[in-house]
Amino acid sequence: MIETKIKPQPEKLEAVVIRFVGDSGDGMQLTGTQFTDTSAMFGNDIATFPNYPSEIRAPQGSLYGVSGFQVHIGSVEVSTPGDSVDLLVAMNPAALKTNLYALKPGHTLIVDTDSFNKKNLEKAEYTTNPLEDGSLENYKVIEVDMTSLTKTALKDVAGLDTKTISRSKNMFSLGMIYWMYNRSTDYTIDFFNKKFKAKPSLVEANTKVLMAGYYFAETLELIPNSYTISPAKMPAGTYRIIMGNTATAWGFLAAAEKSGLELFLGSYPITPATDILHELAKHKHFGVKAFQAEDEIAGVTSAIGASFAGDLAITTTSGPGLALKGEAIGLAIMTELPLVIVDVQRGGPSTGLPTKTEQSDLLQALYGRNGESPVIVIAASTPANCFNFAYEAARIALEHMTPVILLTDGYIANGSAPWKIKTVAEMPEIKSNRIKEVKENWHPYDRDEKTLARNWAIPGTPGLEHRIGGLEKDAVTGNISYEPMNHEKMTAIRAEKIERVKFNIPDLETEFATEGDLLVIGWGGTYGSLHSAVKQMNEQGHKNIGYAHFNYINPMPKNTGTILSKFKKIVVCELNSGQFASILKIKHSEFEFLQFNKIQGLPFANDDLIQQFKELV
Amino acid sequence: METTVEKKYTAKDFTSDQEVRWCPGCDDYVILRTMQKALPEMGVAREDFVFVSGIGCSSRFPYYLDTYGIHSIHGRAPGIASGIKLANPNLSVWIATGDGDAMAIGGNHFIHVLRRNIDLNIILFNNEIYGLTKGQFSPTSLIGQKTKSSPYGNTQPPFSPGELALGAQARFFARIGGGSPKEMGQIFIEAQQFKGTSLIEILQNCVIFNDGCFNHITDKDVKEDKQIYLEHGKPMIFGKNRDKGLVFKGLKLEVVTIGENGITQEDLLVHNAKEQDPTLHYMLVRMEYPLATGVIRSFDDVTLEEREDALTAEVKSKSSFTKTDDLFFSGETYEVK
Repeated sequence: MIETKIKPQPEKLEAVVIRFVGDSGDGMQLTGTQFTDTSAMFGNDIATFPNYPSEIRAPQGSLYGVSGFQVHIGSVEVSTPGDSVDLLVAMNPAALKTNLYALKPGHTLIVDTDSFNKKNLEKAEYTTNPLEDGSLENYKVIEVDMTSLTKTALKDVAGLDTKTISRSKNMFSLGMIYWMYNRSTDYTIDFFNKKFKAKPSLVEANTKVLMAGYYFAETLELIPNSYTISPAKMPAGTYRIIMGNTATAWGFLAAAEKSGLELFLGSYPITPATDILHELAKHKHFGVKAFQAEDEIAGVTSAIGASFAGDLAITTTSGPGLALKGEAIGLAIMTELPLVIVDVQRGGPSTGLPTKTEQSDLLQALYGRNGESPVIVIAASTPANCFNFAYEAARIALEHMTPVILLTDGYIANGSAPWKIKTVAEMPEIKSNRIKEVKENWHPYDRDEKTLARNWAIPGTPGLEHRIGGLEKDAVTGNISYEPMNHEKMTAIRAEKIERVKFNIPDLETEFATEGDLLVIGWGGTYGSLHSAVKQMNEQGHKNIGYAHFNYINPMPKNTGTILSKFKKIVVCELNSGQFASILKIKHSEFEFLQFNKIQGLPFANDDLIQQFKELV
Repeated sequence: METTVEKKYTAKDFTSDQEVRWCPGCDDYVILRTMQKALPEMGVAREDFVFVSGIGCSSRFPYYLDTYGIHSIHGRAPGIASGIKLANPNLSVWIATGDGDAMAIGGNHFIHVLRRNIDLNIILFNNEIYGLTKGQFSPTSLIGQKTKSSPYGNTQPPFSPGELALGAQARFFARIGGGSPKEMGQIFIEAQQFKGTSLIEILQNCVIFNDGCFNHITDKDVKEDKQIYLEHGKPMIFGKNRDKGLVFKGLKLEVVTIGENGITQEDLLVHNAKEQDPTLHYMLVRMEYPLATGVIRSFDDVTLEEREDALTAEVKSKSSFTKTDDLFFSGETYEVK
């Protein structure tokens, strides 16, 4: 525990957005996650977003080597990592230059003055030192010679090299922030003890620097006050902070356990989906088979093979990979095998913006295959509910014997938020179509009357030997058939099978208003931005704005038309040029759909949404 | 790892009700019939066989066998087969593919499946032509070969499947003519028994688009003089009169005649298919006269699934996680009251 002198009464804040930025080697991700975890333990609601450079080891001090971590904590509901920041911690000139735009005027900037030397200023393309030329006069600048102070703090610790010393300065800034936001340092010290168990000198060094930062802030006259953000009101339970990609991976683990099937992942590394492969590769203890294939196509085909052989089979990718998998997804549609394809969307076309977010794969997911090949498309909307929708994708694939495309995006996949942990027992049942015994006059394409799902007979089952494939099937026997009427019939069956999934998914719900002047529509990863903007409008007295968020894209919830009919105007907001709007226009041509679109590789900004909504009401 | 069974099958048990639709006179009929006869000899339950194919004439193979089967998409059978085997190592998994399917559109999967050494068997129907798309040159067509897409003669140098396979670390490679069902059946059984990826190249005559391309090697009257049928542990001897053989001369293989220049049978090389070092296997694979047939390489190595199983068992023995709940509630969790 920390003994401190009597503090002035901390000022209460509802929420705060902090961004830590520095060189790739400055440990900003660690600083950010420590602050996040400590605040989570304290009970705040949280949303975070990391921002790594694309380069693995960019030159030190360069503009493109800046790494950042943004965290939004609140005593109120927090649904996005925040657009602009209340506190910016910049460890070098390049970090300042690339991130100052996000700091709200009048708010606090903490800089490590030691890094503002000639060399670093040049690398950041500053002609004059921003700390001296008056360009920061609209901000509260706290200048700290952090590198020197870190060195001083460590002068008595034996066995440390210069690199280790300079690397621990991030803990100095963390210590300062802990004091400023009235947070305990216990969690982080505990973390050092666990992480550096084998190296006591590192535990000592990091603890010393953290505390040095803490006490420095306390005595520093530039920080007149500390702040506090009370715990948020959240449903009781056990929580953890989870990243979207991890939540996706865990949803599949839960679905495999619930369905009693082994989990097979066939995948090829691609940004920003690779973390799902990383995560599932860790879980051999659950018997997970994470197969890194030679390419995207082998990723999906190995999964199709595993599905034929009776596993819960998935493949994970991003837009370019989904394009490569198209033909094989058609095979899974034709052979009517359960399969989940995860597309963590990024900016396109082609290689596009690999590390930036976009919702521009929707039409590819729906239609990007040869022939009439309907597929179920669902989309997760927050980092934490990636868990639910991964589970849901597996459930629907198994219950309906068909591929399901799960769309997430770089924004929710890399973002993190509190997740109220679900036990497998709490999750809905999964009823697979496996058959184990020979029936009289059995055929591989015998269907469930209600769902039209065919039965799933897996190799190794005596008496059910059969052949399936990509050629058109006879509707009864499943043998190859080129009969014209049979093809038309099978095309209709495949479409109808997908359509009937609407009876196995929840109805669409609206938030804030069930009827009124304006219905805001979103889908997928924009939930946080749209929800908070509509909420804000509502709090400002605009009670006639409702919000409907789609997680089920194909088929859509069966009450969609009813919901749409309750509002005078409808605006569809998405991070593309209007792909979902185009689907709504086809399926519900009786309504007019306005659009609000953004294609900058970035999430919606709150102010832009508010402005747009105000114009519409 | 397939479980052995006592049940006695006949070729009929492996014949599906589907009408076979290859061109009359095609070698594919011989391969199918040979497989139907070999399968009962393998000691594997019928329900544990899975045949996987891509696209092409050869890829119709699974439809004609009464086993589990999947006729997939062009070039992708190795991916599907790998997924099947990794999902259930108890299955005996077979791929039927052609020269275009395996080495053109599916080339990447072909080399990687061999590299990984998953226990599955690949039958490569090599007819040096595209049949199903009606007569274009393939990756094994000869330079100068006139086809519909090379009316003035093919300008692309061919792959030798064996050479490509050995370069991709194939542990088992066999080659046999389409007209040698007896040896072919034996090779199928050996491939099934071999633990690891087995590749069997069949010199398969396409009667329509490349008729007779192997006649100079496979015809009954020249076969014994133009081919050497290799058997592990036996001297490398061939010829109608069993008087020709292979020796090393310098760094090359040389054909010698027993009885000439003091050569006796003892001087001939003895075939060692199980040798790890593939150098001699390469030479045999590349040799044009005599063309090496039979099991050229059969090196026992650890399979991918054995490595995976061992690793999984090790991880399981060290892990405290048995249920996913254990994972979800592990590490940094906190209570909200």
